[in-house]
Amino acid sequence: MSMPITNFRRVEPSASLWTSFRVMGCTLIISLLVAVTGLIAQDKNPYAGDPKAAKAGESQFRANCAFCHGLGARGGGRGPDLTRAQKRHGNGDADLFRTINEGVPGTAMPPNGATQQGVGMTEEEIWQVISYIRSVQVKAPVQPMGNAAHGKELFYGSASCSTCHMVQGKGGRLGPDLSTTGSARSTSYLVESIREPSRRLAQGISEAMKEFSQEYETVKVETADGQKFMGVVLNEDHFTLQMMDTRENLRLFEKDKLKSFEKTRESLMPAYDQKTLSDKEMQDILAYLLEVGAQ
Amino acid sequence: MKKVKAIGRNKSRFLASLGTTVVARMALRASAALVLVGSGASFEQSSNAQVTSQRLVDAAKEPQNWLMYSGDYAGHRFSTLDQVNTGNAATLVPKWAYQTMAGGKFETTPLVVDGVLYGTGQDDRAFGLDARSGRPIWQYQRALPADIRPCCGRVNRGLAILGDKVFLGTLDAHVIALDAKTGNVVWDVTSVDYRGGYSITLAPLAIKNLVIIGVSGGEYGIRGFIDAYDAATGERKWRFYTVPGPGEPGHDSWEGESWKIGGAPAWITGTFDLATNTTFWTTGNPSPSNRGEGRAGDNLYSNCLLAIDPDTGKLKWYYQFSKHDEHDYDATQVPVMIDQGEKHLIVHANRNGFFYVIDRTNGKLVSATPFAKVTWSDSQDATGTPVARKDASPTPDGNRVCPGAAGATNWMSPTYDPQTKLFYVTAREQCDIFSTAPQPYEAGHAYYGSAYFPNDDAAPFTGALRALDPETGKLKWELKHLSPTWAGVLSTAGGLVLTGDAEGNFMALDAASGKVLWHFQCGASVYASPMSFAVGGKQYLAVAAGSALFTFALP
Repeated sequence: MSMPITNFRRVEPSASLWTSFRVMGCTLIISLLVAVTGLIAQDKNPYAGDPKAAKAGESQFRANCAFCHGLGARGGGRGPDLTRAQKRHGNGDADLFRTINEGVPGTAMPPNGATQQGVGMTEEEIWQVISYIRSVQVKAPVQPMGNAAHGKELFYGSASCSTCHMVQGKGGRLGPDLSTTGSARSTSYLVESIREPSRRLAQGISEAMKEFSQEYETVKVETADGQKFMGVVLNEDHFTLQMMDTRENLRLFEKDKLKSFEKTRESLMPAYDQKTLSDKEMQDILAYLLEVGAQ
Repeated sequence: MKKVKAIGRNKSRFLASLGTTVVARMALRASAALVLVGSGASFEQSSNAQVTSQRLVDAAKEPQNWLMYSGDYAGHRFSTLDQVNTGNAATLVPKWAYQTMAGGKFETTPLVVDGVLYGTGQDDRAFGLDARSGRPIWQYQRALPADIRPCCGRVNRGLAILGDKVFLGTLDAHVIALDAKTGNVVWDVTSVDYRGGYSITLAPLAIKNLVIIGVSGGEYGIRGFIDAYDAATGERKWRFYTVPGPGEPGHDSWEGESWKIGGAPAWITGTFDLATNTTFWTTGNPSPSNRGEGRAGDNLYSNCLLAIDPDTGKLKWYYQFSKHDEHDYDATQVPVMIDQGEKHLIVHANRNGFFYVIDRTNGKLVSATPFAKVTWSDSQDATGTPVARKDASPTPDGNRVCPGAAGATNWMSPTYDPQTKLFYVTAREQCDIFSTAPQPYEAGHAYYGSAYFPNDDAAPFTGALRALDPETGKLKWELKHLSPTWAGVLSTAGGLVLTGDAEGNFMALDAASGKVLWHFQCGASVYASPMSFAVGGKQYLAVAAGSALFTFALP
């Protein structure tokens, strides 16, 4: 901190009171510059390539991240597969640091220390986690497994995905928007969602302080005046139900006013078996979703 | 000294009663029902906060006040107010809300003394409010160091009050006395260096002239303790280490040097039995929570009920719920004192899924009955204490065990209703996959020995408010929750049970049947235990949710 003062005085040796104030002011600016430079320096992982840091990072990862991102960072129904080279919210060291430290607004990714799993990490520990993620990351970017252009045709055509799913503003509303799913979920999870959609229901709304997200459960209701509706649960509590019926109408009910209310975990999405959608066709659709998800 | 204080209090009460009649004032103190009948009597609220230790002992005689975390020394969380009852609860309306504007879990149970409400908020906020209007009289917030890392949110559960001071335990492990009228800091002592992973989140317990606290930090390899401070000066009077040192009984329940980082935090407020001069405290997990390797033995006094002499801090006896725990089954649930004829008992619905009944005169187990799904134990030892299955231990790749790490219940308070003679507890039905991995200890850093994950079950996690018969441990009724909740339970002489849910509802139920009589959507999950008080002849129900403290009363 004393260095800049000395340098400045050498350039402008006048020692009037006014100059002293200017010197102090400039010192402040220089100090700020030093601080900023310090931050920029921290945009690179100080432990990059250090296997000991990666090992320490693995402990941190298990305690703080694995609840959603899975053991080995391979993803799960809750969080993306982090072994992929592409990361939706940036793949640079600084991007990863920001994502971990600040979370991703509008997603289930919380800021560091606010997960209720784990205790939060120091800056050093975040860098260790980044070292760990690098150590398990696949070296080459994921090659498109199929033909994305054909996948798009299928999505909006014969496979009828777009009847219920939207991608980039186009498609149906009954199922989850799939614009970012390609980057937000592991490939194995996406395959499972297509082949066995009822095995793990997709997650819907996440509320800020609520531990568990709403899922895409199937619901059938009959109102007091005999109207019957089937659709997906958008949200629910002990007393009320917010659903979308199969015609994409929002239906909002007080449960005690309904004649009947029945919920199942049998997804409204049909299970796409090999006959309906061959492995090749599925790979094309996944390639399309990965391509869109990376945008 | 005690006598002087008592006179001061009586004087204040006399002053407070000016403008009303002595008869009305006496009626006010005579019974809960009369407090409310004589509604005009208490309109002028005393601002004198002289709370003697005798008033704490006699808390039941002041139904309009809520003088400690659980409402009384027995830990019942039962209000003798009955203005709001099964007949009119459906007409409850919101009266006021107080916003902390702080994020994170809002876990406080406020105190109310003579018309003033004292609460705490996230990041060690504290406040004194006009209990009738919710308008703040004073607000305090501790300037916390940047490098605190409390394990489970920047939370605080409430204050204790004694004399003219309220007492706050902080996230940087200080104990602070605030002037009850101004919020000014009267004294501030460091219990321990927070950089070792210590924090304080519980509401302290005031007994006689002492303020008793315990520490959090079971996730950091702390050595847990319970402290007593002189309420007047902040001088520490005693410390009880919940992990015994060399030469002390129980020290041999730890392998090698593992006791030094053995955990056993004490992060929920205890109870107090005046008859035997015993304060009961409960402790949390041994560290590291998910790894038993390296700490062979029972790991005393982790996951214990402790009977302590409040004058000396000496241990009278202990009962350990989960020996050599590897599933984070902290026993930090309020130890509730109940009497059945000649039997003087502690009832304790434990995070490990069992409902324990213990003779509080000697620590002997009476019964242990599951109140939620349990897979970690399938047998008992000679005393009837459930014993862990060998194959329930966490494994490198993960082992599915019920209950999960958050437990079959947790710190949210249960309630005991002396009218229905039922015990009401929030149960969580969640199993987890427990994994384990070696982890070197580093002071102040998270020290779990790995982690746990949600299991792959198709069915979602649920929960329930369960009414248990403490005589038998049998379920009397339950209210199913859509997802597991962190809301505690209050019962009242109006025949009501009050609780919240993760979906944001605050509800009044018929204590006898479990029927929901009223509900209010708070807009955020409830992470707190409700309480009740009266001011101006009106009974209020209060609960924290989101960043607001809500109160409700009849229109």
